Amino acid sequence: MPATTHPTPDTASFDADAFRADFPALAQDVYEDTPLAYLDNAATSQKPTPVIERLDRFYRKENSNVHRGVHRLSQDATEEYEEARASLSHFLNAPHPDQIIFTRGTTEGLNLISSTFGQMVVGEGDEILLTEMEHHSNIVPWQMLAEQVGASIEVLPVTDRGELRMDLLPAMLTDDTALVAVSHVSNTLGTINPMEALIDEAHAEGVPVVVDGAQSAPHLPVDVQALDADFYVFSGHKMFGPTGIGVCYGKREHLEAMPPYQGGGDMIDQVSFEKTTYDGLPHKFEAGTPNIADAVALGTAAEYMMALDWDAVQAHEDALLEYATEQVDAVEGTRVIGTAPDKTSVLSFVFDDIHPYDAGTVLDREGVAVRTGHHCTQPLLSRYGLPGTIRASFAAYNTRTDVDRLLQGLEKVQRMFG
Amino acid sequence: MSTSNTVSDRAEQIVDEFSLFDDWMSRYEYLIELGDDIPLLDEEQKTDDTYIHGCQSDVWIQSELDEDDRVLHFQGDSNAKITKGLAALIIRVLDEQPPDAVANADFDFLDDIGLHDHLSSQRNNGLKAMIEAVRERAQANRN
Repeated sequence: MPATTHPTPDTASFDADAFRADFPALAQDVYEDTPLAYLDNAATSQKPTPVIERLDRFYRKENSNVHRGVHRLSQDATEEYEEARASLSHFLNAPHPDQIIFTRGTTEGLNLISSTFGQMVVGEGDEILLTEMEHHSNIVPWQMLAEQVGASIEVLPVTDRGELRMDLLPAMLTDDTALVAVSHVSNTLGTINPMEALIDEAHAEGVPVVVDGAQSAPHLPVDVQALDADFYVFSGHKMFGPTGIGVCYGKREHLEAMPPYQGGGDMIDQVSFEKTTYDGLPHKFEAGTPNIADAVALGTAAEYMMALDWDAVQAHEDALLEYATEQVDAVEGTRVIGTAPDKTSVLSFVFDDIHPYDAGTVLDREGVAVRTGHHCTQPLLSRYGLPGTIRASFAAYNTRTDVDRLLQGLEKVQRMFG
Repeated sequence: MSTSNTVSDRAEQIVDEFSLFDDWMSRYEYLIELGDDIPLLDEEQKTDDTYIHGCQSDVWIQSELDEDDRVLHFQGDSNAKITKGLAALIIRVLDEQPPDAVANADFDFLDDIGLHDHLSSQRNNGLKAMIEAVRERAQANRN
């Protein structure tokens, strides 16, 4: 069958090998004669040449402060910065770019929401509903808020396979539930949560939903309006962008009602010692000189991603995850953690008798970069009674060769510790 | 093991032993072997007091002062074999040394045994936490 008429996953419209050539860091030996097999994409992705060059160009040619100067460079930098915001707005299908707040990343986005919107809507005796699979970043800011205002944290459990117990959701959305904060995709299990259904149910009870999109933004097309998410936050560095920059999207009515997050320059309208009035969206939430260069390069990363054929990319990533899961599952003594039917990009597993740290150390020497440990989800790991897992996480530039390198590494792990 | 050996004598000896292996896999296998010979803790000695925080695996190191000879005795354990091997190296250079020598011990030799270029500065393997813990306990026993 000619590939052009019926494209098949992994072969037809997405050429992972060609795509890979865009990422210079992938083409290196990490030890002598040991090329890198990078499978730690849930921690951070590598950067494509256009993003690296964009950063370089900004500092070589365009560097200037934004929103203030009347001079040419400042006007150019402001334009580039605001164009990046527009790119991110398209990326999320937000109604308007001024609903895109630049942050340092997912963690800062969640802290921004908890300390502004959270303070508004969560009061004494209220409940904040989280899930058992949340990253510490989507637990700790809510605990801090709960402690301040006298609210409590409730936790929606997960099944043995790593799915949310959606059957329990109606009972857990009580009259006291003030807010739900949930990850779109689990960083430890790879489960894609049924976000639309969850948001619908919460909204039916009048409860706003904050979505942690750290692991979904790099792998799923996200439409914040279709989801009807109240807030959606993610990090640039996991989606081919720079570190230290991320996005907090919010519904207009929330963002307008919220008090500022931090005070400083760039977020004010008029300042006197008697009273200060604040600027409008999005500047109200961006005090001080922002991370201009990284925001501009994140815009490039978003454009780079939007130019890809996403059906083909997802077919490639799904096929790769399926292949890796089958292969790892077939290795003697291993157990895959997280077997939900709807998954993306993450393969967590353990050996019966080998500590994840021992396995990870040997894999490293074989050039295979994985993450071992609790992945900042200690409550989830204790639910499964595990000290940690070995996590291989994929991006579009990974191929079966990377998976085969992982398997060769695991054979060595077994020889040494089995 | 004789106490006339200083910490640095023993460290040098360890570096010599590891230099006999010419690939990383046999060096790690030797490290794991050393871990198997570590003076183990009894289960009831694995308490909060002996637990070392800040490692990916569970690690316990117990130190005890021999009041007559004024030297420290160490025992340890870990549920990860590489970490247990690293604990064994630390114990091997420090066991039966006076508290002063333990508190001032130099662990740079760990970077010279061919496992990793910056082994002693890595956060995940727990080495740093183990070294800090043994130093702290030695400080407490100085006089």
